[in-house]
Amino acid sequence: MTEVVDTGRRHFLTVATVATGAVGAAFVAVPFLASWKPSARARALGAPVEVDIGKLEVGAMVKVEWRGRAIFIVNRTPQMLAQLEGIDGELRDPESNESEQPEFARNPARALKPEYLVLVGVCTHLGCAPLDKFTPGDATVTANWPGGFFCPCHGSTFDMSGRVFKNVPAPTNLPVPPYRYLSDTRILIGAEEAENA
Amino acid sequence: MSSTSQTAKAGNGRLGALTAWIDERFPMTALWKSQVAEYYAPKNMNFWYYFGSLALLVMVIQIITGIFLTMNYKPSATEAFSSVEYIMREVEWGWLIRYMHSTGASAFFIVVYLHMFRALLYGSYQKPRELLWIFGMLIYFVLMAEAFFGYLLPWGNMSYWGAQVIVSLFGAIPVVGDSLMEWIRGDFFISDVTLNRFFALHVVAIPLALVFLVIAHLMALHEVGSNNPDGVEIKKVKGPDGIPLDGIAFHPYYTVKDLIGVGVFLILFSLVIFFAPTMGGYFLEYANFEPANPLQTPPHIAPVWYFTPFYAILRAVPSKPLGAALMGLAVMLFVFLPWLDRGKVKSIRYRGPLFKFFLISFAISFVALGYLGLQAPTALFTNLARLFTVVYFAFFLLMPWYSSVDKTKPVPTRVTYHAH
Repeated sequence: MTEVVDTGRRHFLTVATVATGAVGAAFVAVPFLASWKPSARARALGAPVEVDIGKLEVGAMVKVEWRGRAIFIVNRTPQMLAQLEGIDGELRDPESNESEQPEFARNPARALKPEYLVLVGVCTHLGCAPLDKFTPGDATVTANWPGGFFCPCHGSTFDMSGRVFKNVPAPTNLPVPPYRYLSDTRILIGAEEAENA
Repeated sequence: MSSTSQTAKAGNGRLGALTAWIDERFPMTALWKSQVAEYYAPKNMNFWYYFGSLALLVMVIQIITGIFLTMNYKPSATEAFSSVEYIMREVEWGWLIRYMHSTGASAFFIVVYLHMFRALLYGSYQKPRELLWIFGMLIYFVLMAEAFFGYLLPWGNMSYWGAQVIVSLFGAIPVVGDSLMEWIRGDFFISDVTLNRFFALHVVAIPLALVFLVIAHLMALHEVGSNNPDGVEIKKVKGPDGIPLDGIAFHPYYTVKDLIGVGVFLILFSLVIFFAPTMGGYFLEYANFEPANPLQTPPHIAPVWYFTPFYAILRAVPSKPLGAALMGLAVMLFVFLPWLDRGKVKSIRYRGPLFKFFLISFAISFVALGYLGLQAPTALFTNLARLFTVVYFAFFLLMPWYSSVDKTKPVPTRVTYHAH
């Protein structure tokens, strides 16, 4: 046996031990971090919901709940649909290029059937609930208000398709949730046709 | 000297024998001496030096009242709101314990903001107190997290939407934003799951971190020694006994002084608890007297007053990611003060006009942003918030310039002190 301490070997063993321990600690951290993800129950409760829109009057809005979020369903009047034209210059994302919606809603009406608007009623700024301010000229919103949605928290404004106006804090249009028609008067919110055949 | 008399005392009688028995096994007397009886603090510490000990007092109040609140509170979405009402109406003295805790939250921030302002006034963050300052800032961050998590627990409508707004700030982070939000909430929205985990963080994880950081803060303080209103290092001039000539023992001199502060503080604290527990909606917001409703935003969402300066900055920016980033920066910049400040003097007493100007405008902008963050966002208020945001950041970002070119006054070698 030699009297000299092999410091190189000792250093190597120390580093190897620490590294092995660190890998172990990282693996142990996974279950704890993953336990914060939505549980099986939370995911089951987030399943699609069915809505009957047969009794929704023209010009009226109904709110339903899906995944704890308000879903706005509006039966738009022809005048409301007419308001969507010719305001592209005032909108931040008129073509819905940067917004969240199913592919079928990437148009001015942002809907499967133009008269029925389905939106997530959560402001894209900080998650407040926008108010329905459908009356054009409503002075409580802005001067020359064309009608649409108004977020009372930080003053974001959206048109009758939930498209965001310029110079407000909200970055994108109100999201359109995935949905499909089960019949003429029944909508399933939370699933698109393709993935729910 | 006091050390010899204490050694003598330790040798006498049964109490002395007990002390000696303990000291052989645990450094009780040594700790008492080094941290309290023979910790020498500058003799010229003034009014501004009350707030450290008061912060400690408020922390103790929060921990004790918090423990008693958990005995009746139920962290579930169906029961939380009514269990708070139960505490308020049916638990013996429950209203007092709960009002102590809710008022204590605001008192904590009042005291901490004054404590931080003291550090700005007298350059307490400067060398060699950088780590002391960083520990202090970590305490402040942890305190903000504690306040945020605690605010969801009553499950009132403002609790709910306040949490919604703050959690969705993480959605501003590119790519991972949405899944990060889902991970924080543990659900697709702020739900029972979220409430339950916020409760765990509020009563176990964050308080543990807080207590640990407070100990680290005090250890760093006692290592470098307290700063003072003159910004003079008292350790530079020591007597033949090795004790700073301008230092006096923390006990009894500052324990007695701090007790006066405690007395005055408790009078004011009691006045709020008994006569204005909601403080006109500033300490307890009226919208929170309705249960949480995921489908109905309160007409006007404002966080509690201690977050509103940063909230005003967030709202002032017409871009979500940029607003969130600026808000984060507004909080984080404090950490870098020891390196942003190029000044050769510590105390405001010897600083030049530039530093005084920037510090005063910073203080005004902080208060103004705090006010604006409470108000509904009108065009005028938004523009004002933008103006004060610029002033706020100017204080930090221009500091390397104005603190180095400023005309400072000569600093004395000893503290200025007038016997009372």
